[in-house]
Amino acid sequence: MGWYVGRRLAQMVPVFLGATLLIYTMVFLLPGDPVKAMFGERPVNEAILERIRSEYNLDQPFIVQYGLYLKGVLTGDLGTSFSGRPVAEVVQQAYPVTVKLALMALVIEAVIGVVVGVFAGLRRGKLFDSTALVLSMALIAVPTFVMGFLLQLLLGVKLGWLPTTVGGNQSIKALLMPALVLASVSMAYVMRLTRTSVAENATADYVRTATAKGLGRRAVVRRHILRNSLIPVVTFLGADLGTLMGGAIVTEGIFNIPGVGNTVFQAITRGDGPTVVSMVTILVVVFIMSNLLVDLLYAALDPRIRLVR
Amino acid sequence: MSADTPKNKDQVPDAARPAPPVGSPPPPETEGREEAGVDGIGQVTPGMAEKQAEGAKAVGRAAVAKTETATEHFFADFDETELGDVDALDESVPPSSMWRDAWRKLRRQPLFTISALLIVLVLAVALFPGWFSQANMNACSLADSLKGPQAGHPLGFDKQGCDIYARVIHGARPSVLVGILTTLTVVVLGGAIGALAGYYGRWLDAVLSRLGDVFFAIPVVLAAIVFLQSMRDRAGVVGVVAVLAAFGWPQMARITRGAVLAIRDSDFVTAARALGVSRGKILWRHVMPNAASPMIVTATVSLGTYIVAEATLSFLGLGLPLTMRSWGWQIGDAKTYLREAPELLFWPASALAITVLAFIMLGDALRDALDPKARG
Amino acid sequence: MAVRKYGVSAVALAAAAALALAGCGTKDEGGSTNKSTGGTTTTSGGVVKLNGTEPQNPLVPTNTNEVGGGRIITNLFAGPVYYTADGATEMDVAESVESDDNITWTIKLKSGQKFSNDEPVNADSFVNAWNYGALGANGQLSADFFNQIKGYDEVNSVTEALLAELEAEGKPVPTMEGLVKVDDLTFTAELTEEDPFFKMRLGYSAFYPLPTSAFDDMAAFGESPVGNGPYKLDGDGAWEHNIEIRLVPNESYQGPRKPVNGGVTYVFYQDRDTAYQDLLSGQLDVLDEMPESALSSFETDLGDRAVSDPGSLFQSFTIPDRLAHFGGEEGKLRRAAISRAIDRESITKTIFQGTRTPAKDFSSPLMEGWSGDIPGNEVLTFGPDKAKELWAQADAISPWEGEFQIAYNQDGPHGVWVEAALNSIASTLGIATKPAPYPTFQESRTAITDRTIQTPFRSGWQPDYPSIYNYLSPLYGTGGGSNDGDYSNPQFDALLVEGISEATPADAAVKFNQAQEILLKDLPAIPLWYQNSSGGYSENVENVIWGWDNVPIAYQITTK
Repeated sequence: MGWYVGRRLAQMVPVFLGATLLIYTMVFLLPGDPVKAMFGERPVNEAILERIRSEYNLDQPFIVQYGLYLKGVLTGDLGTSFSGRPVAEVVQQAYPVTVKLALMALVIEAVIGVVVGVFAGLRRGKLFDSTALVLSMALIAVPTFVMGFLLQLLLGVKLGWLPTTVGGNQSIKALLMPALVLASVSMAYVMRLTRTSVAENATADYVRTATAKGLGRRAVVRRHILRNSLIPVVTFLGADLGTLMGGAIVTEGIFNIPGVGNTVFQAITRGDGPTVVSMVTILVVVFIMSNLLVDLLYAALDPRIRLVR
Repeated sequence: MSADTPKNKDQVPDAARPAPPVGSPPPPETEGREEAGVDGIGQVTPGMAEKQAEGAKAVGRAAVAKTETATEHFFADFDETELGDVDALDESVPPSSMWRDAWRKLRRQPLFTISALLIVLVLAVALFPGWFSQANMNACSLADSLKGPQAGHPLGFDKQGCDIYARVIHGARPSVLVGILTTLTVVVLGGAIGALAGYYGRWLDAVLSRLGDVFFAIPVVLAAIVFLQSMRDRAGVVGVVAVLAAFGWPQMARITRGAVLAIRDSDFVTAARALGVSRGKILWRHVMPNAASPMIVTATVSLGTYIVAEATLSFLGLGLPLTMRSWGWQIGDAKTYLREAPELLFWPASALAITVLAFIMLGDALRDALDPKARG
Repeated sequence: MAVRKYGVSAVALAAAAALALAGCGTKDEGGSTNKSTGGTTTTSGGVVKLNGTEPQNPLVPTNTNEVGGGRIITNLFAGPVYYTADGATEMDVAESVESDDNITWTIKLKSGQKFSNDEPVNADSFVNAWNYGALGANGQLSADFFNQIKGYDEVNSVTEALLAELEAEGKPVPTMEGLVKVDDLTFTAELTEEDPFFKMRLGYSAFYPLPTSAFDDMAAFGESPVGNGPYKLDGDGAWEHNIEIRLVPNESYQGPRKPVNGGVTYVFYQDRDTAYQDLLSGQLDVLDEMPESALSSFETDLGDRAVSDPGSLFQSFTIPDRLAHFGGEEGKLRRAAISRAIDRESITKTIFQGTRTPAKDFSSPLMEGWSGDIPGNEVLTFGPDKAKELWAQADAISPWEGEFQIAYNQDGPHGVWVEAALNSIASTLGIATKPAPYPTFQESRTAITDRTIQTPFRSGWQPDYPSIYNYLSPLYGTGGGSNDGDYSNPQFDALLVEGISEATPADAAVKFNQAQEILLKDLPAIPLWYQNSSGGYSENVENVIWGWDNVPIAYQITTK
C-alpha cells in the first residue's frame, strides 16, 4: 500500500511536467499578441510594448519562458497575471467557489442519481425504470447551456425562487441552481450506473441465496444488493469531482460565478499565460489526486482487488 | 460499469476506474465473458470472422487434446476437471452465438427499433438534405424576420429572416459528421493506446496511463480555443474532430485497457501463447475482439456526447465555422432571442436532442444485448 | 457578504437610507463593518449597484485604458476638467485652463483640495503623475496621451535598463521638458504643436493627479488607490476581484461632482445577459447597456425605466485600400455600392430594435457642430438600384470574384449585425458574402495592426474627448494612430489642420465637416450607425443619466 502510493505519487512528477509543458505550449501558440491587444483600438506604443513584454518574459524564446516559469513555481512563485495581480492570489480566489460548486453538484448527483437508480434497478423493465431511463438520456442529450438558460429564466426570472446569478453571493442557495445544472449530466450517469449495477446484483447468486434463506426483501436490498452495487458508483463519484471542477466553464459563465472556469476562460481570451497555466495545472493535480484516491478507495471497498507492489 | 473494473485478483487498481463522465454509461460487464470469449472471437469485421473462428477452433482443439491425454493417465471423472467447462462450452454453443444472440435480442427490443429508425432518418437527412428541404437556407431577408410558418416554410423564419426548417435540416450534416468522425478517431487512437497499455503493461502502461491523465485533466474548452483558433481558416470539421479526439481518447483507452487486462491472462490466451502465436497476433486476434463489445457500446454513447460537445463549442463560438450552421451554432444564435422567440431555440435543440438520444438508446440496447449478465 | 435584496429591495433600501441618515455626522472610517449599505458615510441615500467588469489592469489612472477600469477610476479621481452628460467641458479640480496660442497651456488649480488621505492636490500631484505615466520604463498603457507635450519622446523612450543606469549614476529620473510647475497651484504644459482641444482632452483619465504615496509602491496603489474624486474605496478589501468593487462618497472632494447617493457598487459580470437577469430580479440597479437578448423586450419589461438615447459610439467597417478590387476608381465605386446596398434602417429597426441610429456621417450627433446634412451623405442611405449600377460600373473596370467578407471579433456582440449587413449586401448585389469571425478581440486586433488581415473588418470608435476631430484625425488622418485602413488623402489632412487652427470649436467643426465630404466620397470605412445609450434601471433608483460616453453618471443617481 505505502509502496503503491509512493509509486503513484512519483508518477505525478512527470505528469506535472508534461501537463505544464503542454499547457504552456498551447498558450504560447495562442494566436494574436496579448500585449498589443492591451492597447485596445488605440495605437500601440512600442516602448511600453517592449516594457510589458519583458515584464512577462514574453521577449524570451519559448523554452526559456517555460524554464523561468518552472523555476518560479518551484520557488513558490506562480508569477503575475496580466491584470497585475499575483497568480497565487487569483488561484486562491477562484478555487474555493468552484470547489464548493463541484461538491454541491456531487452531492446532488449522488443523492438523486443513486435513489432513482436503485428504484429503477429493482423494478427493471417497469414503467418507473423506463421513464427514468428516458429522462436520463434526455439529460445527456440536452446541452448544459440550454438547460442552464432555461432554468435561469424559469426559476430565477419568472418564478423568482432562486437568485439568477451568483457573483459575490456564494451561499448554498445561490449556488443551488448552477450546481443542479452542472450535476445534470453526471447525475444521469450515476443513475444509469446504479441501475445497471443493482439490476445485475439483484439476480446474483448470493442474493438468491439470501432470499432463499428467508431474509426479508428490505434486508436483502440493503445488506446485499446496495452494498455491492454502490462500489462502482462511489468510485465514479470520486473521479467525477475533478471533472466537475474543470468542466464548469459553461455553467460558471451562465451564472456569473467567479470560479476556475470563468477565470481560465477569461485568461485565455486575454492570452494571459501565467494565469492559464497555473490554474489548469492545479486542475490536473486535483484530477490526478482524486484518481489516486478513487483507486485506493476501490481497493478498500472491494476485497477482490489488491494493489500490486 | 466495468469493463474497466475487472475483478480479477491481480488487477492493478488503475483498471478499476469508472468510466469518465464525458462519455459513457457503464460499458458491459466483461467478467465472466471468458467463456463466451472463445466463441465471440473475430466478429468485428466479417472478413475476420472465419480466421478467428479457426483460431478459436484451434484453441478448442488444443484443450480437447489435452483433456484426452489427461483422461488416459488419471482416470479422473471428466466432469470434475476444470477443463470440462471449456470443453462443454465449446460443444454446446455454436461459434459466434454471442453476436447472433445479441442480434436476436436486439430485434425484439423496441428501444433498438426506435433508435435504429431514428438514426437511419438522421443519416438520411445528413446525407441528402435536399430530399427534405428545397428552400435555400442562406436566402434571408430582414423583411421576413420572425415570421410564422407559411407555405414552403413550415417552421417560419428566424431573426435574420432565414428559413428555420431549412436550417435545421442542413444543420444535421456537420453535427453528425463531427460525431461519427470523432468516434472513429477515438476508437482507433484510444483503442490502440488502451490495448497496448493493457496488454504490455509495465512501464508502457504507466507512461500511457499518465499521458491519458494529462490529456483528460485539461479542459476541452481550453484546448479547443487554442487549436481551433490557431487553425481557424482550415479548422472546419477536421479541426473540431481533432480537438475532441485529442482530448477524448483517454476515456476509450481506459475502457479498452480494462477489457484487455481482464482477458489478457485468461485461459484461451495462455493457450494461444502456448501454441506459439506471436504476442502481436494474440493481441489482435484473440484479445481485441473480446474488448470490442465494451468499446462499441462506449463508442455509440460517446457519439452522442461528441455531438453535444460540438454544439457547446459552436455555442462558445469555437466550433465549426459558422457558415456551416451546425445545430450548436443555431442554438447559440437562438439563445439571443430566447425572450422574444423561444421557438427558435426549440427546433435545433430538439433535433440535436433527438439525434443524441437515438445514439444513446442504440448504445443502451447494444449493451443489454451484448451483456450476458444484464439479461432479464 | 452583502445583503441581497431580492423581492424586497425597496424595503431594504429604505432601511439602508435610514442607516445612512443615522450615520450622519459620525466619522467615516471606510464602512468596512457594513458593506451593503455604506451606512457609515455622511451622505444620505442608499447604495446604487451598477454593472461593471473586472478591471483588466491595476487602478492607476495612466494604466487604465479600458471601460471596466475606466468607469471606476472616473469616480475615484478628479482631473483638471470633467465632461457633463452632454459632452460639455467644465472645470473640476482646475480653476482655469487657458492658452493664448494653443501651444502653452496654463492650468491653475483651485486651492484647498485634498486626496482622500488628506494630502493636498497641487501642481506636483499632476506634474509627477503625468511624468510617471509618460516614462517608458513604467509601462503605462495610456502613455501616448502625453505625446503632445514637449519632451515626451525622450521620456517615453527611457527603458528600464536605461533608468537603472541613470539611477546608478545618481542622475534624476527624466521628466517632460514641456511640463513646468509655476507655483504650488499652477503649472504649464507646452505642446509640440497647436491644439485647441488640449483643454478638452484633460478630462480623460490619463490626466488625473496622483498623491505622493502612490509613487512609493505603485502596485499596491493600483490595488487600493487613493484619489481625489467624488468617491473612494470602501475600506480595505472593497475591491473583491471578479465580484464587485464598493465605493463610498469621499467627503474631502469639494468639486462639482458631489455624490447624492450613499455609495456605488460596481458588480462585475461576464456578460450583460446575466446582468439583465439580475436587473429584472432586482439584484442590480443600473445596467449601462442592454444585451442583444433583451433589445426587443427591455422597453416593455422596464417601462419608463428603459433608456435609449443617442450616444457617441460610432460603428463602421473599414475596407483597406490594399484589398483586391478596393483600390483606385474601382474601389471607390465598390465602396459606394456596398454602402448603398446596406439597409441600415431595417437592420437598426429589426436587429437592434431601434437602439442604433443609422449613421449620417463619421462622428456622432452628440458632438458640437454635428450635421446630418453633409453633402454626399446620401451614399449612406439604402438604394438597391443605384448600388447595382455602381457595382456594375466597377465590374466593367475589373470583374468581381470571390466572397465579400467582414471580419469581427466573436467575443463582442457583432455577429448578428455582420450577418444582417452581409445578407443585405448579398441580396442587393447578388454576390456571395461570408462573415469572417475572429474568436477574440486580441486576435482580431493583432491581425489588424499587423496588416495581415485580408478582409474588410469591423471598426468602431468611442472618442477620448467629445469632438468631431477625435473621430477623424486618429482614424483617417495620414499616419493616424488608429488609421488601420492606412487611408491617406492630403486634402483631408489639410482641412483637419485648418480646422484645429480655428479659434472656436464651432468654427473648427465647419472645417471638419468639409473634411467629411471627402470621406463620404472615398469611404475608407463604411459608416453604419451610432450606438445609442440603451440601458435601464431598477425601481430602487432615480435620476439615472447616461453621459456622453455611453456610461451612466454614478454620482447623480438617487435612491428611493
